[in-house]
Amino acid sequence: MSDDQQSQSRRRLIKSLVFVPMGAGAAAALHQGLPNANASATAPAEGKPNPYTPKFFNAKEWKFVIAAVDRLIPHDEHGPGAVELGVPEFLDRHMQSPYASGSIWYMQGPFLEATSEFGYQGKLPLKDIIRVGIANVDAHCVKTFSSKAFADLDLRMQEAVLKDLEGGKIKLADISSKQFFADFLAETRAGYFSDPSHGGNKDMGAWKMIGYPGMRGDYLEWVKIRDKPYPLGPVDLAGRRG
Amino acid sequence: MAIVKEKKDAVIVGAGWVGAIMAKELTDAGLNVVILERGPDRDTQTDFAYPRVIDELEGSVHRKYLQSLAQETVTIRHNLSTVAVPKRRMGSFKPGTGVGGAGSHWSGVHFRALPEDLNLRSTMEQRYGKKIMPAGMSIQDFPVTFEELEPHFSHFEYVCGTSGKAGVLNGKVVEGGNPFEGSRSREYPLGPNPDYLGGEMFYKAAREMGYHPFPIPASNTSASYVNPYGCQMGPCNFCGFCSDYGCLNYSKASPNINIFPVLRGRKNFEMRTLAQVLKVNLTADGKMATGVNYLDAGGQECEQPADIVILGAFSLYNVHLMLISKIGPAYDPVTRTGTVGRNYSYQNLNRVSLFFDKNVHANQFMGIGGGGTAFDDLNGNRNDPTKSGFVGGGVIWARQPGGGPVRGIATAPGVPNWGSDWKKGAKDAMRHSFYYEVQGSCMAYDDAYLDLDPNYKDAFGRPLLRMTFDWHDNEIAASAYLVDKAQEMCKVLNPLATKGDAKKPGTHYNINQYQSTHTVGGAIMGADPKTSALNKYLQSWDVPNVFAPGANAFPQNNGYNPTGMVGALAYWCAKAIREQYIKNPGPLVQA
Repeated sequence: MSDDQQSQSRRRLIKSLVFVPMGAGAAAALHQGLPNANASATAPAEGKPNPYTPKFFNAKEWKFVIAAVDRLIPHDEHGPGAVELGVPEFLDRHMQSPYASGSIWYMQGPFLEATSEFGYQGKLPLKDIIRVGIANVDAHCVKTFSSKAFADLDLRMQEAVLKDLEGGKIKLADISSKQFFADFLAETRAGYFSDPSHGGNKDMGAWKMIGYPGMRGDYLEWVKIRDKPYPLGPVDLAGRRG
Repeated sequence: MAIVKEKKDAVIVGAGWVGAIMAKELTDAGLNVVILERGPDRDTQTDFAYPRVIDELEGSVHRKYLQSLAQETVTIRHNLSTVAVPKRRMGSFKPGTGVGGAGSHWSGVHFRALPEDLNLRSTMEQRYGKKIMPAGMSIQDFPVTFEELEPHFSHFEYVCGTSGKAGVLNGKVVEGGNPFEGSRSREYPLGPNPDYLGGEMFYKAAREMGYHPFPIPASNTSASYVNPYGCQMGPCNFCGFCSDYGCLNYSKASPNINIFPVLRGRKNFEMRTLAQVLKVNLTADGKMATGVNYLDAGGQECEQPADIVILGAFSLYNVHLMLISKIGPAYDPVTRTGTVGRNYSYQNLNRVSLFFDKNVHANQFMGIGGGGTAFDDLNGNRNDPTKSGFVGGGVIWARQPGGGPVRGIATAPGVPNWGSDWKKGAKDAMRHSFYYEVQGSCMAYDDAYLDLDPNYKDAFGRPLLRMTFDWHDNEIAASAYLVDKAQEMCKVLNPLATKGDAKKPGTHYNINQYQSTHTVGGAIMGADPKTSALNKYLQSWDVPNVFAPGANAFPQNNGYNPTGMVGALAYWCAKAIREQYIKNPGPLVQA
């Protein structure tokens, strides 16, 4: 999707989120959570992320996360985007979970090279794959695009970088670009679609978009209906209706 | 020094289906029994309660109900000349942990074996001659017949409240069921579940193609049910959370719902959870087991003496324990001698997704793990290898175990993985697509086996189990043939698009993506102690007070899911222990 298809207000929201000036003002804005005061003043009609102070990601990483998830799942005519549904918050919270520290992965060496059929064979747990990957991608962008970090590129360039990461066309310093991209995309999707209690999918917006009834868990009366769309909206783990 | 516990008549490793069945049967016989389960205790009301249990992030990303690979995993390589690397993340197969084991997070598909599956080698040789088998294919007959197992298949279905329709009842073909199945002594305890749209469409297409579709036998209850042990089940409500999840509704059969309620509280039964068994202890001459050593919840090493040791762990870990404990000679793929590790095989699963427009309400979110429609026209004896080009067969089905967006939405061909077009593709697919699966058999080969890894250890300091496995030409040919048949059926239904994944020449086994948890073999049952680890009663040829009645016992894998067969083998084994072994301990078959 191109920048032109986005609404003016949407563009203002994203810009207000990612172009946080570094320094005391930025620190204050991050401390208060995003978006900063200026973004609140120009709050767009389609909603804005709740104030959230990242605890895992630092300021540079946070800029990357917001920019990247907005490209992976943009706001568009099909439904809400990752940023407005709180996927950055999900990612920050998820990176602090035991899972992201490798609690259920086999993490012992030796670490040998193997073909892709054998999956990830490196020594990093998920949180470090994400962190190292972000630093590597930003370093690549700074080197390639006149000192601009990923978040500072225009949207088309960001999409081009993501495509190249996905296809393994960019050689990152410390990690396979394909591996980083696959894990980052999987995490982004998980945040977009998982229960709102995990920080993303605010107001069940992603479920409403695809027509997923969430945690209803009871379709005995509907399984034989053939001629009508399922009529009920989603329910989340907390019992809220979307 | 290990803390020595009070001696039991029998110690059982693992609280899955095998552990539960053996504990029930052996306590019924008056033995004092203890189960050692590596994971936590689990029960429906406490651990599978709605809605918490169906959190997709916890169940399908954090793998809450599966084994943590941080403690134990396997290493994998494609052939003998390469170095194996660990399965670091959960992928192609999903062992469970905790009370219920894989029997709590399975789907519920509950097949028996076909009669000819049990004497596959001799059937092939009689019909097509010995040359039909390619070099290196090491398939064998089971040393037990369908007729011997029939009462046990039947009993297990009644324990599980299996829903289905008989196809052959007391020798007579019955309309509506599978006409190719072995003769049943009685109907299923419950009738079939209602079918989904995808299953109905599959049924129509199969009939048009001249196949014989039937409802998949499902241990997901189609009605309220009380099993022979007095355990109550409620009708399945299609919640869409079977695979990866415990059942919130007392509807999907599990050891937790169907057996353990009658065991808990029995004076001659004890369950110890968070008890990691490390090895089976043998006498100095290695000819008898004296019990097992395990780590208790606090990490203390304990010794549990027992007269009988039942290995009821996941198939791979049964083999691991036998290798670690030196129960029987390890298989050597070069000399083709030794028995433990021999004939490891898997399942040849392939999927075809069908995408429709918005007036086809497939509603993937509704689901029932075992429900749907299948046909066996290309399975077992119906497949002629001289025409198809492969030995074995497979079942083709439309199954809808329930899809959620975190588990993944399969999108139509050409849809990218992200961006606006992906959003549109996911939206279109969620409610208006479904899939067919081709679940093929997997033959055994001289070079597909299990042994101990020389480089990697588990969290307890033991060598990991090493798996040497890759797809052989026979299975690649089967995949291409069966997926092609499934694609032909798709055409009858006029979908907007289809997406299939037949294996191509040169396709290697991939450990990343989920394929099937049906990993079998490695400690197989057989008639010859030179080529099998277990005799026809699932008793170790080498250490006769050790029994291992799991999927490890399959000499090769048929086209069906293994659970029905595993349950029947456990009851068959228990009967032999109760009626023969207890009175006269020792080898039940003379080598």
